Amino acid sequence: MIAFILRRLAQAVGVLLAVGFIAFSLFTYIGDPINAMVGQDTSMEDREELRRKLGLDDSPPLQFARFIGNAASGRFGLSYRTSDPVGRLILERLPATLELSLCAAIFAVGLGVPLGVYTGLYPRHWTSRALQAVSLIGISLPTFLIGIMLILFFAVILNVLPSFGRGDTVKFGWWTSGFFTWSGLKALILPSITLGLFQLTLIMRLVRSEMLEVMRTDYIKFARARGLSNRAINFGHALKNTLVPVITITGLQLGAIIAFAIVTETVFAWPGMGQLFVQSVQFGDIPVMAAYLLLVSFFFVVINMIVDLLYFVVDPRLRGMGAAAAGRH
Amino acid sequence: MALIDSFRRAADSDIWHSFRASPMTMAAAAVTLFIVLAAFLAPLIALQNPFDPANLNLSDAMRPPMFFGGEWSFPMGSDDQGRDLYSAILYGTRLSLEVGLAVVFFSMILGIGLGLVAGYVGGTLDAIIMRIADVQLTFPAILIALLIDGVVRGVISVKRHEEIAVFVIVASISLAFWVQYARTVRGSVMVERNKEYVQAARVIGLPRWLIMFRHVLPNVMGPVLVIATINLGLAIITEATLSFLGVGLPSTQPSLGTLIRIGNEYLNSGEWWITIFPGLTLAALVLAVNLLGDWLRDALNPKLR
Repeated sequence: MIAFILRRLAQAVGVLLAVGFIAFSLFTYIGDPINAMVGQDTSMEDREELRRKLGLDDSPPLQFARFIGNAASGRFGLSYRTSDPVGRLILERLPATLELSLCAAIFAVGLGVPLGVYTGLYPRHWTSRALQAVSLIGISLPTFLIGIMLILFFAVILNVLPSFGRGDTVKFGWWTSGFFTWSGLKALILPSITLGLFQLTLIMRLVRSEMLEVMRTDYIKFARARGLSNRAINFGHALKNTLVPVITITGLQLGAIIAFAIVTETVFAWPGMGQLFVQSVQFGDIPVMAAYLLLVSFFFVVINMIVDLLYFVVDPRLRGMGAAAAGRH
Repeated sequence: MALIDSFRRAADSDIWHSFRASPMTMAAAAVTLFIVLAAFLAPLIALQNPFDPANLNLSDAMRPPMFFGGEWSFPMGSDDQGRDLYSAILYGTRLSLEVGLAVVFFSMILGIGLGLVAGYVGGTLDAIIMRIADVQLTFPAILIALLIDGVVRGVISVKRHEEIAVFVIVASISLAFWVQYARTVRGSVMVERNKEYVQAARVIGLPRWLIMFRHVLPNVMGPVLVIATINLGLAIITEATLSFLGVGLPSTQPSLGTLIRIGNEYLNSGEWWITIFPGLTLAALVLAVNLLGDWLRDALNPKLR
């Protein structure tokens, strides 16, 4: 198991370095950072001086090493658009995105798994068929369209929920939270549903097909023959054996949630990282884009690692294999 | 005669039967056909050319749709520029379809090419291509497309970007979509390359590129075509999403996504039609295309059922 973790860790570092290299190339070779910093009337000598001072005349490997070092400590330079430090810009907006993603993920998993179990256990019931048909629509429609429909219905027609912003937030140090005020919680509802709906339908369909598969196996028949209660069979035997693919997909989808927050945040004018990223793309603001890319890939890699480790928790066979593999060494 | 023959064979095939057996699929095909026809006949059936600023009159802005107090000249109402929404939707759908098809085409070419090379040549080249694919697969396609689009914007001026917006968006989505094709093709090629017909071709002394494209490629095309159909819906959604975010097609030549973005600003003030009509069109189009893609996947691949 240790060897497995180390191998995964090496892979993760590899991916991060590759992304870091892309971010670095963008940063260094697309658009001249000097041009973005100085005025038009700066002389060539002054530019060279600045270039030397910033270390931009060093060899590329050295510059790359410095870039990675700076990135690891959160220094990404200045935004071309607002001239603020990029690290601070992103940090200010990080809580909004993470809280939204967390709510969306809880919504997707908390509702997706039970609905999937239900439709998997009673595939012929009309509610299951209806859910299955509706989920097809949920999977086909683009996120932003669902958000707009929700706004039209709940904010414009019924006027019960806010259509934009985070509501009132509470500050904890640098973290701002919308979890502790009424308006903050109300503001979270529509964006979370919008962001989580795709993942909800995906998880529901996956759990359903896995349940259908498992319910056909012999060990379920034997469990029935042993006279176990339906509850014990459904949850103790069937659901547990569907969890490995479900965890894989769910984990990957958590990363997708953070990325798709870009769209949801734009629909609901949610002051998060995604909105910042879209603004920086519209403006061609490379430092912000590079920093966002690195941060998001860091999240992705961490999530993937956690997913891999969860396999050991869920699947006892893997633990045995891991032990056997470790024993051989 | 050959044509009639192939028609007869098609009418007798499993695919046709499974098509006729599924009313949902036939409905989806009808909707797709209707939208595609309407989009490509746009110059004939539209009331104005919405891409031509000379046709727009600001005093016509924000007219409500016909049955909501509007008039015949603007059947679905008009937007903030005085554009007739009905015509804009026709032209916008056409643009969305064209971008979607172009993306499928280019990403398929790129993916097939790289997948063939990776699978057939192998070695370092294979390792490089597949590592790039792995890293890219870690990220959702929309993020990659956004990034490429943003980089292009960082390099060229805003005005220049507006002129080549269609090419930029096709290129950025295609570059985000090639991985799936490449991985599929590579996998099939690894199986095919050891078969006897390839060995025979090699013994005859055919050049490597000829074996790859003439002998191996036709045998790995099946799954590729299935991915292509499913990706068409995805490509249309991605384009619409990028345009909605304001980084896709500009408002001077609006696709469905651009129209929805324009209307979204007026949703709170009661002008719902600017968003809702393009939105419904997009929803119907994507849903129908996806249903067709799902059906084709099942029909061509009985194992998956």
